[in-house]
Amino acid sequence: MEEVRLMKGNEAIAHAAIRYGCDGYFGYPITPQSEVLETLAELKPWETTGMVVLQAESELAAINMVLGGAATGKAVMTSSSSPGVSLKQEGISYLAASELPALIVNVMRGGPGLGTIQPSQGDYFQATKGGGHGDYHLIVLSPATVQEMTDFVGLGFDLAFKYRTPAMILADGVVGQMMEKVVLPEQRPRRTDEEVRRQCPWAACGRGGRDHRNVVTSLELDSAKMEVNNHRFQETYRRIEENEVRYQEYFTDDAEYLIVAFGSVARICLKAIEDARAAGIKIGLLRPITLWPFPSRRIAELAPRMRGILTVELNAGQMVEDVRLAAPGVDVFHFGRMGGMVPNPVEVLDALKQHFTELQ
Amino acid sequence: MTKEEIIRPENKVYSRPELLTDNYTHYCPGCSHGVVHKIIAELIAEMGLTDITIGIAPVGCAVFAYNYIDVDWIEAPHGRAPALATAASRLNPDRMVFTYQGDGDLAAIGTAETIHAANRGENITIVFINNAIYGMTGGQMAPTTLLGMKTATTPYGRRADLNGYPLPISNILATLDGTCYVTRQAVHTAAAVRKAKSAIKKAFENTLAKRGTSVVEIVSTCNSGWKMTPAQSNEWMVEHMFEKYPLGDLKTQKDPSL
Repeated sequence: MEEVRLMKGNEAIAHAAIRYGCDGYFGYPITPQSEVLETLAELKPWETTGMVVLQAESELAAINMVLGGAATGKAVMTSSSSPGVSLKQEGISYLAASELPALIVNVMRGGPGLGTIQPSQGDYFQATKGGGHGDYHLIVLSPATVQEMTDFVGLGFDLAFKYRTPAMILADGVVGQMMEKVVLPEQRPRRTDEEVRRQCPWAACGRGGRDHRNVVTSLELDSAKMEVNNHRFQETYRRIEENEVRYQEYFTDDAEYLIVAFGSVARICLKAIEDARAAGIKIGLLRPITLWPFPSRRIAELAPRMRGILTVELNAGQMVEDVRLAAPGVDVFHFGRMGGMVPNPVEVLDALKQHFTELQ
Repeated sequence: MTKEEIIRPENKVYSRPELLTDNYTHYCPGCSHGVVHKIIAELIAEMGLTDITIGIAPVGCAVFAYNYIDVDWIEAPHGRAPALATAASRLNPDRMVFTYQGDGDLAAIGTAETIHAANRGENITIVFINNAIYGMTGGQMAPTTLLGMKTATTPYGRRADLNGYPLPISNILATLDGTCYVTRQAVHTAAAVRKAKSAIKKAFENTLAKRGTSVVEIVSTCNSGWKMTPAQSNEWMVEHMFEKYPLGDLKTQKDPSL
């Protein structure tokens, strides 16, 4: 049954994975997401649901364990933070190219390089534009609350299996580390082997009486056939763009200015907007929930009504490029903090006033 | 005696293994891969494992193993086969999971995955083709390339001061508590083929019985990469490879005290 608890975003990921009926988690410690593996180890789901939990020797091994598990039709996941997710890009590209469902969680920290362990949104480009080699996309979900950390585990798996493509929860370190009230979903049973075979007739899980072998591979040396494969991937991405765009709007009905922000930053911006409205400045907020597919269409609808748009991000200006593409002819500016710094609402309003001088 | 009188089931002494597909292999004539594929295909059928086998193919010459043996396969990124096998096996504990890897895949780019899968004692079989060269990419130096051996990237011969020493990875794996069986075989004579087949059979039996990780190294030839005829390659292998990689069991069971 449902249960109300107080916990960290990272802990919520672990609880949600077990309750979803996840078959396996493969991870490697890295701050600020280590609580995912720690919580799973403490909860010992292998004694209850039968879920496999394994600390791998590296992020590279962990994502390739996800690849091996996903290829057998299992619901498998991994989590890491920015430098570790860079290492996972090999396996993520193979997952996409092998058309396998899987869930990857990135609790972003400041970069580049080893950077810092403090929060960041510096991996937006990496997550939304592919990340590894080749033409592919991930379904990228951006949680702003611990509740969404919980809910997006199930949503991520459901979408990954629906489209046979990997999904990513792209959380910033704030959402991973902060504690909030959360409603945990009911425990779902893990799928039986028969259910896996029915749901995933492509799975390489042993022939089990099948009259042909299943092969999961990303390799196709015949260029003409490889192009056909690529067209199929792109067709999947078009269907996802058509059906799975998710976002949340606040105060956009009468807004003259629009802030676009995702993750924990959207909550900071909401506070800034409430303060501004008290002073008579009409600002609205659009919070993309899916960073890919991006809510470009909705931004394009809202943009002509706006005197200007500001994106607020924990990076040097990444999502702002997608907003500019969606809002030609409208002034789109970016305000960002980097290196693990997080802006406060006053800074957000100051940035807005700096770019739109009529507000000063 | 007519042809029809000869072609009778009771006279049959040999046939192609039922699990070898009709596909032409891309292996060079004289290559050891074909023989090892045949052994594996025979064993899977003879041991009744067709429905529960999952093979993990490497990157390298055996990348298309999935086209030749008619069981379920997953194609791994270069070196990662033991990681994929770890998950496939743990998530499907009643299946027989094996990897099939070359020396570059297993002992260079995939060293970490190999050692840690073996050290965890994953219930998998690793079939390791050691021909001391990167065949697929055109004959470059492998971790197991012998000192003095000429390859595309050691055109004057492998030098210890420049390239380090040949890596006896199976000896390392035999020291790990997670391995239950580590053996080194070859397939250059009929007798060797029979021994190699019993070794892989023992490895598969270990995997089914969940005894830990089994490693069967097959010291092999790459006549194209070595730039020799198949017959010369076999002679060269016996003369040079067996000195560094002597055949025989390196470990036959887990430490009983564990």
